[in-house]
Order: sequence, then structure tokens, then C-alpha cells
Amino acid sequence: MADRVRELASKKAAVIFTKSSCCMCHSIKSLFYELGASPAIHELDKDSSGREMEWALRGLGCNPTVPAVFIGGRYVGSAKDVISLHVDGTLKQMLIDARAIWF
Amino acid sequence: MADASPRTDISTDDTDDKNQRFERGKAITVGASDSSDRSKDKTDQKTLRRLAQNREAARKSRLRKKAYVQQLESSRLKLTQLEQELQRARQQGIFISSSGDQAHAIGGNGAMAFDAEYARWLEDQNKKINELRSAVTAHASDTELRIIVDGVTAHYDEIFRLKGNAAKNDVFHLLSGMWKTPAERCFLWLGGFRPSELLKLLVNQLEPLTEQQVVSIRNLQQSSQQAEDALSQGMEALQQSLAETLSNGSLGNSGSSGNVANYMGQMAMAMGKLGTLEGFIRQADNLRQQTLQQMHRTLTTRQSARAILAIHDYFFRLRALSALWLARPRE
Repeated sequence: MADRVRELASKKAAVIFTKSSCCMCHSIKSLFYELGASPAIHELDKDSSGREMEWALRGLGCNPTVPAVFIGGRYVGSAKDVISLHVDGTLKQMLIDARAIWF
Repeated sequence: MADASPRTDISTDDTDDKNQRFERGKAITVGASDSSDRSKDKTDQKTLRRLAQNREAARKSRLRKKAYVQQLESSRLKLTQLEQELQRARQQGIFISSSGDQAHAIGGNGAMAFDAEYARWLEDQNKKINELRSAVTAHASDTELRIIVDGVTAHYDEIFRLKGNAAKNDVFHLLSGMWKTPAERCFLWLGGFRPSELLKLLVNQLEPLTEQQVVSIRNLQQSSQQAEDALSQGMEALQQSLAETLSNGSLGNSGSSGNVANYMGQMAMAMGKLGTLEGFIRQADNLRQQTLQQMHRTLTTRQSARAILAIHDYFFRLRALSALWLARPRE
């Protein structure tokens, strides 16, 4: 299952695993849209293998499990990490490097 | 003159008898047949009844006194226990009001504890700011300034830590902003100040800034604004979701097990949503902390010192405004 997660994570430059009921996930999605990125969103509660995927995410060290943000196939972090990276400008650079955005 | 009439003799005898009976007289005597005896008995009976009532009243009084004393004893015991608990709690640093305001002291303990911690933090903050101001006025060296500046930023980290703990206990108290003064509450955003607004105010006071610094601060302002908007949108989604959860289904025909199960399910879901509020406050505080840190990274030591003083003076004026407002004369 960790493979499935990794496979999904590398399919697009920006990938976010969420749950439809998670409002913090909504915040992080909004941030990405605001930056001009179009992340692939995978809602674990709407996926048939959602529970196993959540397990796999936990195994990768995601805490909390959602939102789990991947850029360029690499795990970036949860909401706190994403916000911190955005404040010091790193997030934007990562997105540019992964060609999720152009500027 | 010895005129011994038999009548006199008899009456004397009778009187003697009466006297004797009277002497013995407290005893219960029944059965005299003549009218004077009956009235005597009536008096006796009244007396007896009165005495019986007195005994009964005395007995009841003793019982009441016993009950009262027992109540006093158990209250005294309870009071001693409560005093011990209070002492223990005070030692653990929990702030407990010594006023008679019971309801608030027990219910809002978390809120009051945080308010007390915040008040202490402000006092410490004022001391550090005074130290910094003196150093700046005295044209202290960069090295000396650096030490004091680092001390102040570390102290800022402390309030965020305290808020984090308070959010676990009473997130609504933090969100309400009641721990801040009224004028500060005007600008309340997710339980604190809005970092992008603070940067906007500072940019003018930090001149002269290099080109690069201006660009950095502008970018920081924009990043913070974007993060604030993202968090605000998440909060709106939360509000909407909570409202939707509570607005489904009717409460009528209670007793149907289906309705009860629905209601409980609704409440459980709503409780889950309320639980996520703590996360939002935490991220908002994280944003504040990160923004301030990033700002300091962009500035020189001297500029950082000026920025810290400017932030402090701004909030100081807001608090002074609040005090004036609260003391304003009213019709």
C-alpha cells in the first residue's frame, strides 16, 4: 500500500492526500490554488482503499495523516510544515522546481 | 370558750385532709368525688399536661441541637478539606480567585489561569522592552543589542507556548479574545494579531531598508496574507460544516430509537468538528511565530531592535486606548 501511495504521489507535481471532512485540508488546498498550483487531491474517505492508504501514510511518518503534501514525489509535510515553508519562501521554490507553478 | 360544735370539728378534719393531700400533692391522684376535688384534679390535669408538653419540647430541642451540632462538625471537616485542596492547587500554580466569585473560579479555571499567565508575561515583556530601549538610547554595541534582542524573541516564543497549552484547555476563551483589551479585539484574527497587518505597519518605521530587504518584507507580507486567507477559508468551511451537521433532522417524536440515535450521531459529529478548532488556533499562532522569525532574519540587529520597540509601542498604545475607553464618562 505504501507503493500505491508513492505511486499516486509521483503522478503529479503537487499531490495532497485529504479527507472530505477535514477543514485544515481545505485550508491547505486553498493555499495551493492561491499559489496557482493545481494539486492532485486524493480523499482517503472516498477511496475504497482509503484506510490502508492512511495506514501507509502513518508509516511514512505523516502525523497527522491528513493533509499529507507531496511535491515532486517527495513528502513535504502536514499543514504546519507547509505553512512554515511558505513563510520563508521555500514552498514556492519547491513548486517551481517541481514545475507545479512557473513563478 | 370551749364551744366545741361538731361541725367545726368536722370541718377542721376535712381541711387537714385537704392539706395533707396537697402536701403530697404533686402526685397523681384520681378519684375524689366531691366538686372541690374535681376542680383540684382539673388543675392537676392541666399541670400534668403542661409538664408533659414541656418534657416533649425539651426532648425535641435536644434533638435539634444535636442535629445542628453534627451539621456544624461535618461542615467544618469539609471546609478543612477544601482549604487543603486550594492550597495544593495554588502550589501547582493554578490561579484561583480569592474573591467570593465562586462560579467563575471553578468553571473558568483554565481561562483565568491563562489570563494570569498572560498578565505575568506582559509584565516580563515590559521589563525586557525597557532594557532594550535603554540599550538603544545608550548606543549599545551590536553584540550587546543582539543578546537583548534574542532574549525578547525567545520571550515571544514563550507566549506562543502558553497559548498552545491554553488552547487545549479552553480554545473558545482564546478565540473570544477576552484575554486581550477591547481595542485589541477590534483586530482579532483566529485568537490573536494578523501578521500581515503588523508587517504593513512596521515597514514604514524600519527605514532605511535595502532594496533586497524591501522585497523580502513585501514577499513576507504577501506570504503571510496568503496563509491567513487559507486558514480563514478553512475556518469558514468548518463553520458551514458544523451548521449543516446541526441543522439536519427533526427533534420531534422523541422516544423513537431512530431519532435518538440520529441525535446522538449528530452530536458526536459536531463534537468532532469543535475539536478541530484547536488545530486552527495552533496553525494561526505558528504563522505568527514564523512570520516574526522570518522578519528578524531579514533585518540587522539594530533594525530588529527598532522593530521590537515599534511593535511593543503599538500594542501599548492600543492597550492605553482600551483603558481610556473603559474609563470614559457615560450619561
